[in-house]
Amino acid sequence: MSSTRAPRRWLGTILAGYLPLVIATLIVALPLIWMVIGSLKSPGELLTRDVSLLPKDPTLDAYLEATALIDFGRLFLNSSIVTVVGATIKVVLALTTAYALVFVRFPFKSLIFGAILVALMVPAQVSLVPNYTLVAGLGGRDTYWGIILPGLGTAFGTFLLRQQFLSLPRELLEAAEMDGAGHFRRLVQVVVPVTAPTIATVALVTIVNEWNDYLWPLVITSTSSMATLPVGLTLLQNSEGNAGIYPMLMAGAVVVIVPVLVLFAFLQRFIVAGLTQGAIK
Amino acid sequence: MAATPGPTAAHSRLRRRWAWSTTRGRRDAGIFLLFVLPNLALVLVFCWWPIIQNVRLSLLDWTLGNPRARPVGLANYIEFFTEDAPQVLWTTLVFTVVTVGGSMLLGLLLALVLNRRLIGRTFARATVFAPFVLSGVGIGLVWTFIFDPNIGISSQLLRAAGLVVPQWFLDPNLSLLMVCIVFVWKHLGYCAVIYLAGLQSIPGDLLEAAAMDGAGPFRRFFTITLPLLSPTTFFLVLTTILASLQAFDLIRIMTPLGNGTTTLMYDVYLQAFGGYNRGGYSAAIATVLFAILVVVTVVQMRFLQRRVHYA
Repeated sequence: MSSTRAPRRWLGTILAGYLPLVIATLIVALPLIWMVIGSLKSPGELLTRDVSLLPKDPTLDAYLEATALIDFGRLFLNSSIVTVVGATIKVVLALTTAYALVFVRFPFKSLIFGAILVALMVPAQVSLVPNYTLVAGLGGRDTYWGIILPGLGTAFGTFLLRQQFLSLPRELLEAAEMDGAGHFRRLVQVVVPVTAPTIATVALVTIVNEWNDYLWPLVITSTSSMATLPVGLTLLQNSEGNAGIYPMLMAGAVVVIVPVLVLFAFLQRFIVAGLTQGAIK
Repeated sequence: MAATPGPTAAHSRLRRRWAWSTTRGRRDAGIFLLFVLPNLALVLVFCWWPIIQNVRLSLLDWTLGNPRARPVGLANYIEFFTEDAPQVLWTTLVFTVVTVGGSMLLGLLLALVLNRRLIGRTFARATVFAPFVLSGVGIGLVWTFIFDPNIGISSQLLRAAGLVVPQWFLDPNLSLLMVCIVFVWKHLGYCAVIYLAGLQSIPGDLLEAAAMDGAGPFRRFFTITLPLLSPTTFFLVLTTILASLQAFDLIRIMTPLGNGTTTLMYDVYLQAFGGYNRGGYSAAIATVLFAILVVVTVVQMRFLQRRVHYA
């Protein structure tokens, strides 16, 4: 009996298991592989109608030509500055806010927490015109602070860290208080070390969001010297109408996508945990 | 103050309520404000204030960047609901239904596969989740390249198969479909991972008992798995609706003019920054979008609260 059932089970595992698994993985991976292949083609090769799957002779020309059209070094620098400064401030603000909400006595704490949580609900899109008017009025167009400032208020990090802090044993902080440690020392020397994984999660999700952020930098910058990478790619996309631009665009896509992909490959445990919080309890 | 309090005294002191009259209370208040005020101020200025401003601006005939504006009452809303709304709301509805349905259905199927003990499923899980964290601009460019009617790989494959190449970028309906496909591609891994967590919380003996009673895999899925997944499904419906209502990057990159793809969100952008500079009108649409987001979020919070109590 088992001799007839074993092959059928094996077939079932292939058809309902491995086959869909492989197909799904390929559907996700192939466009990204296609992006890399596209970036290695020469612009001339794409203009001919019969396009081969693999580049005839792989070249980094597209990266160089893209850099000639738009200053990629500068875009990368701008994106890095915005990401590092923005994410650092956001994580620090989330830490101090969550700490105060959990461990410092003050009236109306839940009201204040609620007011901050609303920021989770109000996407940048809804506040687009008023924030543009405000920041542009203060002279923030085409400046780093103009790009960074409006997004600094953080609800996501505050929410996640507050949850984590609430689960800490009270004795831990009481011991530190009896040792005479003030709130700063309690935060830095007691709370931060024991909640490091959650802080890493918040930091990584924040970094990825800042790096990918598009709408706000798009409206607040108008010159390529102050643009971030996603905005610069839009300028590049608009700069030429023919298909020869594609290798350059794919080179740009590689530059904006691959850093996050590498980060994700090594630290996906934290990133997935952070992005799926709320659903999995 | 008094002599050093013992452990019990410190204990009760720490748990005492805050009071302004004590030195400690004032010091705590100082620390609290120092720690919270910067974040709170940013949220108030850049999230709360704009909501109020939007309502005020939506009552003006105002060109973005112009210092002068003319009050027009509800004219912007009337114009939106009589002229643009049918098309824009329809596009938003189609986009939302197709993307939410598509990513959740495919995500669920994928989760069922990922839930089996297969070699390489950890790798597959990470791979399908990856697009969710990647730049929408980068992804949009890659898919623009793939869908290009002349040199795109999809067009070449269709031509090789002797089929007609769809005019993805010219036909408004096809443009909408194209953006939906890419949105689903980007979000299905997220749905799969959330569904997978839901599946793993279903007790195995429940399914085993049903199998012993002679229930086949389909019966088990529809009578046990799916009902037990309903909290997950509800959570995903709401979060994916919110994500879908906010979709911008893909639409801006793949269909800059919004030909067939002008959702509520994209209209807010187009009216203000797409060349018309209609600040007041854009603010009116943003207010409508905000009202919809409030409804979705309130439903979500109600539900989450209930779930916490049940748990």
